[in-house]
Amino acid sequence: MSDSTKTLILSPVFSNNPITLQILGICSALAVTTTMSTSLVMAASVAVVTALSSMFISMLRHHIPSSIRIIAQMAIIASLVIVVDQILRAYAFSVSKQLSVFVGLIITNCIVMGRAEGFAMSNPPVASFWDGIGNGLGYGVILIIVAFFRELLGSGKILGLTLLDTVSNGGWYVPNGLMLLAPSAFFIIGLLIWGLRTIYINQCETPEYVIANQTKLMQ
Amino acid sequence: MSKQESTFKVISATLLLCLVCSVLVSVTAVSLKTRQDANKQLEMEKNILAVSDLVEDPENLTRDQVVSIAKKSLTPRLIELKTGQIYTGDDLNVATYDFKNALKDDQLSDVLPQNQDPASIKRKEHYAKVYLVHDEKGDLKTLILPVRGYGLWSTLYGFLALEHDLETIRGLTFYEQQETPGLGGEVDNPRWKKQWKGKHIFDQEGRLSIQVVKGTVQLDTAKAKHQVDGISGATLTSRGVNNLINFWLGPQAFGPFLFNLKQEKRKS
Repeated sequence: MSDSTKTLILSPVFSNNPITLQILGICSALAVTTTMSTSLVMAASVAVVTALSSMFISMLRHHIPSSIRIIAQMAIIASLVIVVDQILRAYAFSVSKQLSVFVGLIITNCIVMGRAEGFAMSNPPVASFWDGIGNGLGYGVILIIVAFFRELLGSGKILGLTLLDTVSNGGWYVPNGLMLLAPSAFFIIGLLIWGLRTIYINQCETPEYVIANQTKLMQ
Repeated sequence: MSKQESTFKVISATLLLCLVCSVLVSVTAVSLKTRQDANKQLEMEKNILAVSDLVEDPENLTRDQVVSIAKKSLTPRLIELKTGQIYTGDDLNVATYDFKNALKDDQLSDVLPQNQDPASIKRKEHYAKVYLVHDEKGDLKTLILPVRGYGLWSTLYGFLALEHDLETIRGLTFYEQQETPGLGGEVDNPRWKKQWKGKHIFDQEGRLSIQVVKGTVQLDTAKAKHQVDGISGATLTSRGVNNLINFWLGPQAFGPFLFNLKQEKRKS
């Protein structure tokens, strides 16, 4: 594997993460992260869709007329998502039932569109494929971290295995109900962004303006 | 206008892309259909087991376990809806009978006129497949009736289980529905389904009286045992469930069959 491929795959995972740096794909990150198993399936589905759609769009990039490029990208992405949805319904029925509409909503996941428009339209197919895999992984890593905390603190389990015995099952742990609701993902993603920007200081945005010193104004 | 942007180019590129995409989607859908149907069938059987309280958590069972429990404890029977009699002929096979196929057959189903169709099912089959659960002594323990009706976006397909007295509901479940997740989709919520248990379908005069109410049931009223809370934010789905339960328990569907069963019981 060449160095450039490695960067394509690894840079979106931490240094250029689609969720924490580009703040894309937040919607599904809130919705599917109550349990680890749904997050893993969702992460895999998004990675497959992003990689394949980027590859196909990149192959066709010289043939897609630029006036209809967005709709052409959507058609390719939507077809791939339907294929993934159909496969899940056939081979992972119970997970697909839990993910319900969110598999279909991968079509509107900003990461897929973002990579198609931002990378695949101006890069060769193989690089686009790896870029898609990398961004899917970056999305997946955040999803799994969020789901880890939400499932552990919300229901005392990891991948369905009980780690903290909850009170309702006669144990000692009082589950945190907030963790089962979507807003908790905001807190976890917020803390993650804080952590990442402490390590990668270059990710911090420069303030758009500085508040003037009040005492000076008063004089 | 550049060469790539000519009208001909735009249209031909669009057509070609749509053609390729549609072929891809249809090939996947068609080739996976048998497997998806098998999953749906299994889901339906799991729902029957869940609604009859035969197993606590059917989700964790394998396909073989579900099939073997169903074979051991469930007795499927075909009911002629008009007369309420159990079908004894040889033309229809109880094991393979599927009402969805019957609905496509004019010999086995009829169009329902709009004013007699509160559940908006459009066509009604002549025969319905019910499941009986017997206790050790061979007496009827649970009766499981198939129900269906239109909610807001989709037809809800489910099962209603009655206790041996044929008056008390044991459970209600839907195995296929496409209502809005989080709103109408809450018909799948175990907490909502649990309130059906123990409700009475007939009042003291023997009239059909079961209702999904808007808001919450006033527990101190006499009607409380015939009423179930509606789902908030899903008025039309709640109304649909109300209509379909009343239709299937009523004179047009399982009414005669329930009447016959009760007569039989009184005699013995």
